[in-house]
Amino acid sequence: MTQVTLSALTKQFDQKSDPAVDRLDLQIESGKLTALLGPSGCGKTTTMKMIAGLLRPTSGDISFDGQSILSIAPEDRGAVMVFQNYLLFPYMTIAENIGFGLKMRKMDRKEIRSRVKDMLDLVQLPGFEERRPRQLSGGQQQRIALARALIVQPNVLLLDEPLSNLDAHLRDEMRELIRRIQTEMAITTVFVTHDQEEAVVLADRIALLFDGRLQQFDVPDAFFDTPKSVEIAKFFGGTNFIPGFYQDSEINTSIGRFSAPHSAVGEGDAVLSIRPEAITLGANGDNSVTGTIRSHVYVGRYARFRIEIGEVEVEAVTDPGAVKMFSDGEEIPVRFDPNKIWVISPSPDVALQDGG
Amino acid sequence: MTDLKNVSADQNTELAVPVSSAGSGRRFRLRIFGRWVGITGLLTFLIAPIVPLFIWSISFRWFYPAIFPTEYSGRAWSEVINPNNDVVGVAWNTALIALVVTIFSILLGVPAGRALGLYEFRGKRLVEWLILAPIIVPGLAVVLGIHVLFIRAGLSNTIPGVILVHLVPTLPYMTLVMSGVFANYDTDFELQARSLGAGRWATQYHITLPAIFPGVVVGALFAFIISWSQYVLTLLIGGGQVQTLPLLLFGFVRSDPAIAGALSVVFILPAVLVLLLSSRYLSGDNAAVGGIGNI
Repeated sequence: MTQVTLSALTKQFDQKSDPAVDRLDLQIESGKLTALLGPSGCGKTTTMKMIAGLLRPTSGDISFDGQSILSIAPEDRGAVMVFQNYLLFPYMTIAENIGFGLKMRKMDRKEIRSRVKDMLDLVQLPGFEERRPRQLSGGQQQRIALARALIVQPNVLLLDEPLSNLDAHLRDEMRELIRRIQTEMAITTVFVTHDQEEAVVLADRIALLFDGRLQQFDVPDAFFDTPKSVEIAKFFGGTNFIPGFYQDSEINTSIGRFSAPHSAVGEGDAVLSIRPEAITLGANGDNSVTGTIRSHVYVGRYARFRIEIGEVEVEAVTDPGAVKMFSDGEEIPVRFDPNKIWVISPSPDVALQDGG
Repeated sequence: MTDLKNVSADQNTELAVPVSSAGSGRRFRLRIFGRWVGITGLLTFLIAPIVPLFIWSISFRWFYPAIFPTEYSGRAWSEVINPNNDVVGVAWNTALIALVVTIFSILLGVPAGRALGLYEFRGKRLVEWLILAPIIVPGLAVVLGIHVLFIRAGLSNTIPGVILVHLVPTLPYMTLVMSGVFANYDTDFELQARSLGAGRWATQYHITLPAIFPGVVVGALFAFIISWSQYVLTLLIGGGQVQTLPLLLFGFVRSDPAIAGALSVVFILPAVLVLLLSSRYLSGDNAAVGGIGNI
């Protein structure tokens, strides 16, 4: 159980370009599963390598349980990284691969053999001791890589894109395996992913990074309900952003005034954001406006409508039955649930979106 | 030759029988065929030239138009073994020089190859050219320039001087082979090992070395054979004080073909031996080289 603290952690690969990781402050809770999420090139893997000691930070500090570990060599940190492409040592057997960390710790051979066996049971690949890495499928290699890391009982487990190289069905299996092992062993685990769904399903907490900067560090549902910026909301699938002026728990926009008790900002220019699921079609009353249905898509489990309200277009997701009630071109009342409206700070992105 | 081919055909059918599927059977037959082509080539170009040399070494009279010597004698070989002539000592000397040259080539060539194969740095092209230069520029031209320096440094006519000058042609080969090996090498394997608890040296030993070992063997082989057969550089820098087999051999070529023949056999054997011992690392389908491909 180790708490990992990053303070003002910065990595700049060369003077001319922007830092890959920029003054990152993060408190990674002990025994929890934390995701470093962001588009590729946002500095996630760089951050992870710095925690593992495989990259030296330009400035800032990393500490485990309050003790700075910057001067500790990677082999002594107790932070084990599992790389995205598994990196099983090709000229060793599976047993030698898994036992590698223990061999480096000069453990007795017999003891290593029995622990390797336990690990193979844990990752559900018993009897694989004498096989060679290239005889294994991608999913199997991934499990061996995980076993090889877990066998040394690390204080911190670092997983780089653990699911990205797997097929959809293997991904679910692996996800469950990681979750189960992590809960059983209660290892502080950090994993890197570019897939927001993966982060939401697997992580206790998500740190979202854009361009090396921390955007938001929160529990998964906060990124849907209370994103801190338009960019964050968009990354998590938000589609409806309407600029306006926020005052007295109300936001005044070009298409009308909406009551909005939840806000990330104070009085002033702001953006109304509402998730497509929170828009109700055909409902009158407070917070409702009139719009015209432009198009719809029937997806089976749900239906998606595009509705033009004044000069903005919003997207609404409803239950599939709605396609029978409304038709394209029809003018209908549209209600924005006030409790689901979230007001965020203005963004240059939104002005662009208005035109479309 | 015809005998060999017949044997290969027999082997062929005999070995192909246990293979069940037709496709893999064909591939198997093809491999056997390839192996025989290889062995035949090896015999023709490597072993066959030694045969007349060996015949020379045991001949007493051998004049045109006789196909084989008319009289045989063990004189040349007894001269070779005769302790007064110190052929064994010179052979040791040559081997020792070649061995030290090989070790230095590894120690310098592996890091240099790593730098060239893995990293981008300012002036890399220039460094590549400078490393290649000793191969491009004729050795004689190089050594004449170096000779002056070596005389000043007191290195001429000494074994260390000869070892140093042998590094001029061996290092480029070692470096080039290793830069090729490292170009296909993923350093993340080293990071992974570190992360799992291996120290710097343990990582080099358990991870890097096995991955580059076949390359090192190939490079070392080049270095050893280049040094072993070096004539001009040894003659000029050694100044006749440092005796090696090629020098000894050259002296006998005109005066006594029989002894020259015997010496040639002594001269060639280690090279062939080294080649055969390391052939495992030179062939494409061995596990270690395959491992490199995977990395």
